[in-house]
Amino acid sequence: MENENIKETEELVLDEQSSAVTTPDEPHDKNVKLMSPTQMVLRRFFRSRLSILGLVMVIGLFIFCWVGPLVYTQWGSSEIDKTPSVSYSVKVIEIEGSEPFYQVIETVQTNNSLADPSVSHPLGTDKNNYDVLARLMSGGRISLTISFLAVFVITALGIVFGGIAGYFGGVIDNIIMRICDVLMCLPGFPILLIVGTLLQSETLGVDLEYRIYWLMGFLTLISWPGTARLVRGQILSLREQEYMVAAEAMGYSTTRKIFKHLVPNVMPQLIVSMTLSLGSMILYEASLSYLGLGAPVEYAAWGTMINVSSDPDILQNHFNVWGPPGICIIIAVLGFNFIGDGLRDALDPKMRR
Amino acid sequence: MLKYIAKRLGQSILILLGVSLIIYILIRCMPVSFIEDKIAQMNQGGATIPEETIVAMKEMYGLQDDSFLGILKGYANWLGNLCQFDFGDSFKYGAPVIDIIKRDMGVSFAVALVATFFEFMIAIPLGITAATHQYSIRDYIVTILVMIGISLPSFFFAQILQNIFSLELGWFPFQGFFNASTDSSPIALFFDKCYHLVLPIVTVTVLSIGGRMRMTRTNMLEVMNSDYIRTARAKGLKERVVIYKHAFRNTMIPLVTSLAGLLPSLFSGAMITEQVFNLPGIGNTAYTAMMAADIPFIMGYNMFLALLSVLGVLLADLMYAVVDPRVKLQ
Repeated sequence: MENENIKETEELVLDEQSSAVTTPDEPHDKNVKLMSPTQMVLRRFFRSRLSILGLVMVIGLFIFCWVGPLVYTQWGSSEIDKTPSVSYSVKVIEIEGSEPFYQVIETVQTNNSLADPSVSHPLGTDKNNYDVLARLMSGGRISLTISFLAVFVITALGIVFGGIAGYFGGVIDNIIMRICDVLMCLPGFPILLIVGTLLQSETLGVDLEYRIYWLMGFLTLISWPGTARLVRGQILSLREQEYMVAAEAMGYSTTRKIFKHLVPNVMPQLIVSMTLSLGSMILYEASLSYLGLGAPVEYAAWGTMINVSSDPDILQNHFNVWGPPGICIIIAVLGFNFIGDGLRDALDPKMRR
Repeated sequence: MLKYIAKRLGQSILILLGVSLIIYILIRCMPVSFIEDKIAQMNQGGATIPEETIVAMKEMYGLQDDSFLGILKGYANWLGNLCQFDFGDSFKYGAPVIDIIKRDMGVSFAVALVATFFEFMIAIPLGITAATHQYSIRDYIVTILVMIGISLPSFFFAQILQNIFSLELGWFPFQGFFNASTDSSPIALFFDKCYHLVLPIVTVTVLSIGGRMRMTRTNMLEVMNSDYIRTARAKGLKERVVIYKHAFRNTMIPLVTSLAGLLPSLFSGAMITEQVFNLPGIGNTAYTAMMAADIPFIMGYNMFLALLSVLGVLLADLMYAVVDPRVKLQ
């Protein structure tokens, strides 16, 4: 960050005499702390309880998904539990005129499907005999990775197009902004469904395992306009600042001016919008998976695991199969939203309290 | 004003052209053999799609000619039909696309309208209390609750509602739009339908309250910090009058404006919610059509959605100028 030595104004007690003696790099008073802008932002961020809560939730989920499988090694995410189970049910049958007798029905299940939570399966097993907890971890890895990738690509595209539009203005700006208008009016979800259907066709030859990555890739291609508009708006106002005139006078190259001087100043807003869109990307990915456009069952993400509404029996009696992934999605989205809100308040200079 | 509207209308037409081009290109990426497979699947499933329909469909979208000129001609042809409001015949449903959209829009519209009503009725008071009691316990609780609402995946929440209220408690029907047995009087049928729509409406409402509440809260906070509120307080007005007469009226501007922007969501249908509750709404219909690669319906439906969102943006901008006299359109 530039201007490392900016002092937080409300904390600074100006002492006329001592300021004349000390050099500008040192604090005027031993009791006055010098804070860099980063420190100030962090302090304001951690002052809010909600943002700490969000941070805890997100970090917790990451530990759960990445460290969890190292600790919980009983079952792999695509390992089928083939423990046969035998259950007996006893029925008393009374026939008039004879002794009542017992009918013992022995049910032998070759696979351990839809098991209730137990010691060997803390969250039970699902319809396909997979361990729910192990799949929760691996599914989380897929969901979080995809969402992060998507947000980074969207931001990169947004910075490039928004930066170019804002800096050059004129015809280029007009063209890029019209493209933005068109993309913003595209019905996003239906279009993704079409692409999902398209990818099913054999001629395109996309491995089902990677279909969700293709889909999210396509999603980034149509959802950068929001970021681009944000970047453009910021750059339009920053372009007129004095330090840009100075950069011009120094004879810097255009690339350097855009990416070294303008983009870093847009970063605060960008970080906020990135965190907030992480949440919506997770929801997008979950919805696509829910509708059956995600990875096949062995590599399933959270969204796929929830889709049991077609089977009222699982819906009613096996909450342990579809509840946990839903709760994980809520925790992830909520966490990112809390962090995003906290960052917005912390980065907004008007919000100083 | 008129000049501005004309200019914006021109822009909207250009945007629609762009959208139609993208949708057409996407559809053209679909291999013809894939479409034929899908049609064969449908025919096997009991549907009978006459050969003429398929030929006419290929004719209409120029699918048989893969040269650049052919693609161009196909696009022009399709666009021409579109301008005459001829969306073609859906082969999944065997009827003109426009008729199907009209038929299924009613349910979606009813759900969206009632949900929007409740959304505003619940979100605005919540937003006002959160703003007037900023940083209090009340603010925190309301914020956390609505944030959970935003973060809920619609299908998950819908499944929870189904589980609790229809399977466990048996208060509401599990799925569907009406019970087949109810063929008595139209009034009974109407109430039966309303009864089936309760859970979907609750789902949509809970998911949308959050955004609206936060919008109200932010705007309310902004207004509460302005000078005329201080003046109103200095005059010795009651806090109630200050909040509801002076502050809230000015918060109305963005709220009313956003009402126009809701136009697309009123008609487009909540695809996932309708799917979970198996409602015969436009979203569910479109989902089935898309999974079956029903080209005429897909193209028609997407153009319909694009038209709605273009209109929504336009209306929102115009509303802004109507509601807020400070805004001048150029």
